[in-house]
Amino acid sequence: MLKEEKYQKLKEIIKIYLPEDVAVTDIKQDSHLMNNLNINSANLVDIVLDVEDAFDIRLENEDMDQMQTVNDAMVIIDAKLSEK
Amino acid sequence: MHRRVVITGLGVCAPNGVGLTDFTTALLEGKSGLRHQPNLEKLGFGCQVAGEPLVKDNLIDNYFTPLERRGLNATGIVYGVIAGVDAWKDAGLEKNTTDEPSWDRGIIFGTGILGVDKFREAIHLIDEGNVRRLGSTSVIQTMASGISAYLGGLLGCGNQVTTNSAACTTGTEGILMAYDRISQGKAEIMLTGSCSDSGPYVWGGFDAMRILPRGYNDNPTKASRPMSASAAGFIPGSGAGALVLESLESARKRGAYIYAEMLGGEINSGGQLGEGSMTAPNSVAVQRCIRNAVTNAGIEASDIDVINGHLTATTKDGLEIENWSKALERAYDDFPYINSFKGSVGHCLAAAGSIESVATVLQFKEQVVFKNVNCDDIHPEISKLISESCIPRETKNHSPKVIAKASFGFGDVNACVIFKSFSKE
Repeated sequence: MLKEEKYQKLKEIIKIYLPEDVAVTDIKQDSHLMNNLNINSANLVDIVLDVEDAFDIRLENEDMDQMQTVNDAMVIIDAKLSEK
Repeated sequence: MHRRVVITGLGVCAPNGVGLTDFTTALLEGKSGLRHQPNLEKLGFGCQVAGEPLVKDNLIDNYFTPLERRGLNATGIVYGVIAGVDAWKDAGLEKNTTDEPSWDRGIIFGTGILGVDKFREAIHLIDEGNVRRLGSTSVIQTMASGISAYLGGLLGCGNQVTTNSAACTTGTEGILMAYDRISQGKAEIMLTGSCSDSGPYVWGGFDAMRILPRGYNDNPTKASRPMSASAAGFIPGSGAGALVLESLESARKRGAYIYAEMLGGEINSGGQLGEGSMTAPNSVAVQRCIRNAVTNAGIEASDIDVINGHLTATTKDGLEIENWSKALERAYDDFPYINSFKGSVGHCLAAAGSIESVATVLQFKEQVVFKNVNCDDIHPEISKLISESCIPRETKNHSPKVIAKASFGFGDVNACVIFKSFSKE
């Protein structure tokens, strides 16, 4: 899977959790999910589940803790995919 | 402090109509919302008839964001949000778009059990050792107060936001709780109502108790027969009803349309003593509840010209009429008009009191007494006590002056509210 393809896939997942005052175009590689994109902390667990389904991987608790920015998520997804 | 309270908004999501327009038409015509349920047949239910609101998918989009719709699997929340938001709009109120909670506006929205389908989903995942896959919506959709929490967030209310639960009395009890709060000066506007999930996991327990009719699976619209000699048990329903209660002062200030004045009422319990039990009412308490409601409302029993009963279509209907008759000391031709909407909506359980109260209050606006269906053969126990002309079998043109509405529930709990027509004095 190409990097750009993965990024688009992740953006599609994140999109639905954005509050009304944040646009899809606000999603950047270095965006912090909670601080920049204002995603409700309760929804982070839903994003993790969606990522698991979309990439057919399993994220552990420590992965979740490390997933602060969009880029963090990309790194974790890459690592999990390479383990497969 | 004792302030006057009026009703300024109504909303409903019922088996025979979603939204006030469809619901009103259905009541005027006695259109049934009871249908054969293929899933109940598949599961081998004795009674395969039930009442379920027909909520179109694109209607849900008007009330929930795409994010809120993800994993939404709690019919009670869908029904309750539709009814609650509709009532709020009907009252001419807006969602709170400021940063300040509306401190003088609150919500009392009851339920019996919430999000059973969501809970089932969770149970399966947990039993498979997959608790991590529950996601974030399991708790908010299955906590009893999920419905008041959803509405509280949607409307930005800053007064009391809570959920009451008293079995089939829930909706009527909530109206009285909201009334008290406004009457005592603790709030200006209260959204009150109740909801009940649909589906086999809610209705199954009643089927198992063998209190639902089993002979009408091919003839669903005839299955629920309140006050009829051929009544064979109640038909379970689901949905939600909602009312906006408001201080007269606030309603006048806003120039709001006033459906009726709320005079208060009474809530009590028979203590499951005497003839009362977990499932049967203690008549002493029922009569006392009605009598005290009349006294608390500051009216005479003779002022009541219309009653909306609990009347579920079981063998207890005759006893209920006897209790009304004794409590009001009125019988035969002197008895008020009485109706039960359960013939067409079924028994919507925790939502019954609110859906039926919405219908009851609509009678002031429509200047009618809505018809009773499926009781051409009035039970002889009932016709012994009151004149058959008190039980309209066709919608009757009549401008109600004072309507008493009661609900009775498992746990031997009772509630009776008194509504009065409102004229601009």
